[in-house]
Amino acid sequence: MTKRNISLLLALVMVLSLLAGCSKPAEQTPAEQTPAETPAAEAPKYSFGMVTDVGGIGDKSFNDSAWAGIEKAGKELGVEPKLLQSTKQDDYTPNLGSMAQSVDLTLAVGFLFEDAMKTTADQYGDKKFGVIDTVVDKPNVMSITFKEHEGSFLVGLIAGLTTKTNTVGFVGGMDFPTIHKFEVGYIAGVKSVNPNAKVIVNYTGAFDNPDKGKEVALAQHQQGADVIFHASGSCGIGVIQAADEKGFWAIGVDQDQAKESKNNKVLCSMIKRVDTATYTVIQAYVNNTFKGGAANALELGLKDEGVGYSDGGNNVPADVAAVVEKYKAAINDGSITIPSTREELETFKPVEIK
Amino acid sequence: MWNIITILFGSTIRSATPLIFTALGGTLSERSGVINLGLEGMMTVGAFSAVLVSYYTGSPFLGLLGAIATGAFFGWLLAFLSIHFKANQTVVGTAINILASSLTTFLLVEIWGKPGQTDNVNYFTPWGPFNMFTYLAFILVAISYFVLYKTPFGLRIRAVGEHPRAADILGVNVYRVRYTCVIISGILGAIGGAALSIGSISLFKEGMVAGKGFIALAAVIFGKWHPIGAALACLFFGFADAIQTVSMSLGINVPKEFLFALPYILTMMAVSGLVGKSVAPAADGIPYEKGEK
Repeated sequence: MTKRNISLLLALVMVLSLLAGCSKPAEQTPAEQTPAETPAAEAPKYSFGMVTDVGGIGDKSFNDSAWAGIEKAGKELGVEPKLLQSTKQDDYTPNLGSMAQSVDLTLAVGFLFEDAMKTTADQYGDKKFGVIDTVVDKPNVMSITFKEHEGSFLVGLIAGLTTKTNTVGFVGGMDFPTIHKFEVGYIAGVKSVNPNAKVIVNYTGAFDNPDKGKEVALAQHQQGADVIFHASGSCGIGVIQAADEKGFWAIGVDQDQAKESKNNKVLCSMIKRVDTATYTVIQAYVNNTFKGGAANALELGLKDEGVGYSDGGNNVPADVAAVVEKYKAAINDGSITIPSTREELETFKPVEIK
Repeated sequence: MWNIITILFGSTIRSATPLIFTALGGTLSERSGVINLGLEGMMTVGAFSAVLVSYYTGSPFLGLLGAIATGAFFGWLLAFLSIHFKANQTVVGTAINILASSLTTFLLVEIWGKPGQTDNVNYFTPWGPFNMFTYLAFILVAISYFVLYKTPFGLRIRAVGEHPRAADILGVNVYRVRYTCVIISGILGAIGGAALSIGSISLFKEGMVAGKGFIALAAVIFGKWHPIGAALACLFFGFADAIQTVSMSLGINVPKEFLFALPYILTMMAVSGLVGKSVAPAADGIPYEKGEK
């Protein structure tokens, strides 16, 4: 019987030691990583900081890009921005609060911040906030979203002109309106240059399951798709890997994903300039043009260089790129409006530009 | 139509591959009388160590060996606590699952300097429609069946799982048989994890195992503690997954939520006994004490 007690004790110690192990990184990360003191000599004192979502700095995407914009602004203004990392969703509200206590402008990226931002903005009514990718209707919160459908339209054009099988694919993450903007813009782009092309649409139901992304891409490829655009977070790693193995084209998202492919099978990437968004908020705050509330929410599109496409692997031929430039001009001068919802897509008439 | 069938077939086999390894491990362990609830954790450490070794050596083969070594260690740990110390097998298994997920999360940040996921590493590129793991899985099903039912050692395993005292009296070393089976089950679980991380894709991601270890345990029950039955159960779960992948692109109008839930619904049906009575080995989960009445 003593043996049984010893073993139970051992198991308990094991579990407890784990809990201790878990808490260690959590203790480190919320600590301010760049304790900053604004130089006292400078006349206008600005202070700003960012709270990351669970992805954190180092995600090679969303958070890194947002931080790049903040660092750029910081360098120009001679201010060292502060950074708080969130390790779980429960951190959002406390992290926003402690950031708001120490700086004038607190930035947060990702629609997961929506609720936390509402609460904190009320609590710290005298401070300013910026939120990216969602709209928070508070007078002291500046919201910036993107016209993802415009960027997706451009890569749709490229896909439509590149496909040999007249079949292209779209792999979405979770099935909700933000991702529909990618889907709809992409379909509109494909149909504009290749009205007979078939677009296969799938959702993986997750943003963090590369295995599923690969499986879906393989299934689309077997149905004839030879260009597949993904807007599915890290499921896209699987999409790109499937492209590498089977030799079809993948289209990246958010930032240039050419280097994710071993065989240079990333045709191009749809770019979302989160860095521009954070930079814009800081500019507005510095220039006293900061405007909160849903009515003043900014939506960055092609014109503002908030979205676009990039060709890090040099895979887009010059004639295709030329067509894309023509459409870009047409979107910028307002002669084409890109649909952003599935309803709008139904009434969208593909415009042919010679 | 033919095209759809080949897509479904390929997707089913690929989804089932990691499950088959793990379910074989579970079958073997339970046949010898030890419930391996730590399979989920063993898959996690296997997936992680495979990527880790492949990252440093550039060789997925060495990565697989790394996974095997780690799996053997975690199998030994479970065996040591539950056979030697006769600890509650459910508690030890759960502890191993927690240990595995926190350990890999911690090491991920330590080694790659960022949370979430590792960089891409070299992996087993497919031979034909499947990668090496799939072929290995089916070979191991045959081997497991042969060992369990056609060899003296298999007879001992089954005897120890059904009636350890009788086996002991006849001169079978109960502890040794159980140790062997649990360690092999740890190895198989880890290979199942490696089949995910350096087979299906080429990186380790936090939470990538996502309950597959438990689905494999359900397959053990579904398959009535028989290696071929367990493998068929895995294929069935893989099929549920494949339907979900394929149906959307075929425009079949089934609610997505239902399809996402399908593998789990089937698992629940399996464990609730809707598929006929499954009888566990009589001594499954009961620690053996020599000389106890």
